Amino acid sequence: MATIGNNNINAKLVLLGDMGAGKSSLVLRFVKGQFLEFQESTIGAAFFSQTLALNDATVKFEIWDTAGQERYHSLAPMYYRGAAAAIIVYDITSKDSFEKAKKWVLELQKQGNPSMVTALAGNKADLEDKRKVTLEEARAYADENGLFFMETSAKTAVNVNDIFYEIARRLPRAQPAQNPAGMVLSNTPAEQSKASACCS
Amino acid sequence: MDEEYDVIVLGTGLKECILSGLLSVDGLKVLHMDRNDYYGGESTSLNLVQLWKRFRGDEKPPETLGSTKDYNVDMVPKFMMANGALVRVLIHTSVAKYLNFKAVDGSFVYNKGKIYKVPATDVEALKSTLMGLFEKRRARKLFIYVQDYDENDPKSHEGLDLNKVTTREVFAKYGLDDNTVDFIGHALALHTNDDYLDKPAIDTVKRMKLYADSLARFQGGSPYIYPQYGLGELPQGFARLSAVYGGTYMLNKPECKVEFDQNGKAYGVTSEGETAKCKKVVCDPSYLPDKVKKVGRVTRAICIMSHPITDTNNSDSVQIILPQKQLGRKSDMYVFCCSYSHNIAPEGKYIAFVSTEAETDRPEVELKPGMDLLGPVDETFFDIYDRYEPVNNSQKDSCFISTSYDATTHFESTVQDVLSMYRKITGKELDLSVDLSAASAAAEE
Repeated sequence: MATIGNNNINAKLVLLGDMGAGKSSLVLRFVKGQFLEFQESTIGAAFFSQTLALNDATVKFEIWDTAGQERYHSLAPMYYRGAAAAIIVYDITSKDSFEKAKKWVLELQKQGNPSMVTALAGNKADLEDKRKVTLEEARAYADENGLFFMETSAKTAVNVNDIFYEIARRLPRAQPAQNPAGMVLSNTPAEQSKASACCS
Repeated sequence: MDEEYDVIVLGTGLKECILSGLLSVDGLKVLHMDRNDYYGGESTSLNLVQLWKRFRGDEKPPETLGSTKDYNVDMVPKFMMANGALVRVLIHTSVAKYLNFKAVDGSFVYNKGKIYKVPATDVEALKSTLMGLFEKRRARKLFIYVQDYDENDPKSHEGLDLNKVTTREVFAKYGLDDNTVDFIGHALALHTNDDYLDKPAIDTVKRMKLYADSLARFQGGSPYIYPQYGLGELPQGFARLSAVYGGTYMLNKPECKVEFDQNGKAYGVTSEGETAKCKKVVCDPSYLPDKVKKVGRVTRAICIMSHPITDTNNSDSVQIILPQKQLGRKSDMYVFCCSYSHNIAPEGKYIAFVSTEAETDRPEVELKPGMDLLGPVDETFFDIYDRYEPVNNSQKDSCFISTSYDATTHFESTVQDVLSMYRKITGKELDLSVDLSAASAAAEE
């Protein structure tokens, strides 16, 4: 859930989509400005943080990758818990990955919270000559399902920052009062967090 | 799945998921499967539809209870000691980052038909109505002794060698009466029966210190914390840890048959006609029923209510321990209650559990003393299940089987089992010496 303090918004963002669609590559491009032609399957990263400064607020994304748990449909409900935004990624050179993306949209409607900002990313847009999913087809689907849509390329960086900025802009600026947030157990010295050590 | 793995883990209960996470972090190649289409195995949390399906078959939950998604009903309800072993594991593995916790409001003990807040410090002992005036002062002296006791400082021992002296002798030295002994032993030191009285006092003193330290940690009304959205989040968190370190996850895999060679050594697991090879198999008792024996039965009532438990100062979350002697039983009874404040039920709803080690075949009768404390309930489900422990020789068959979850209200015994399994699987100790005095809780930013 996006939480706010002094125009600072913390937002959990989850990535969804089929294996090989380029989820991790999008994140690495956005967070580190890198691209690897043969990106290994996701290992070792719990999540990435990246902060974006907008005119009216600073948005700190906590970006969760699937860690390969999408492969056999074993993503835990916890993955969606409290997510303020989602990017569903498909590969424009694979019809199959676009069909799978539609399944992820359904899954998200079932598991996620209704106010989530959801983006559809047609990745690998640099591979125009291998394109199997047309721009029109994807845009029509996105419009029907209330998603905002961009074609991206983690390789050339086209639209990568843009899609994250657009999500940041669309995040609600005011949240209804909620169940008070819990505490996160951490290994930081007690002095630093004394004031907030008590919960609820 | 036709690959070779170092370890195949079967069942996604908390113990199996912690092990899967630890082994993946160690660099082992892990395949983790479950016959169910959800995480958590026996230690899962169910939504309303799943709960009805398990206990009521085709019947549908009444609409008055609200949305099924708002419920996360633990099948093995437990709280976490704020300074306990599970918190150490969570911080050690950084799985704590995936989860949010909240303190539990109250910890109570049953005495002669009434319930009292458990006094854990010298100050609380003086305030408590659980003891008479003189008894309070005697208990206070014991609490001060325990608080000041330092294993490495002989001066603090006051001439007692706690590794030799029995707990009974220490209590006698302070002149405590049976009532006080009862609540200290069961509600503070969290012993499940009275065997501890004739064992060296050091264990009980350490347990009392754990309780007091945990209580001090978050300045809540109890030494316990509990994850938002229920305990089912814990196995999911450790499963994610495993996946992040390369572990492969498959749910909804029927059969999961462990394959053995001529020497009785496990070499793989077959599901849906495919066999994945491995060097070791880790699983819960249900996957290898021929290699476990029954050691007991747990009986439990699960109640949905529209109010907090009577006489608990309107606590949103609470534990009540009913010591065995108070009920004329061999084992303690535990009442556990959580609510909307931990996101396990919709606003205004409370889930209460009454659990004990079964001594009869009639849970409704056996659990009555605990149920009588609850007040009116909307719905009640009775659960009774066997507890198993492994009888195999892991060195011969390469199978590592966990022990079923017991009726205790916290995770100390759970983590001990995990650590001992980890030792057997890897041949090394897990260093959990995270500095808890430096560790703390930060509210979510």
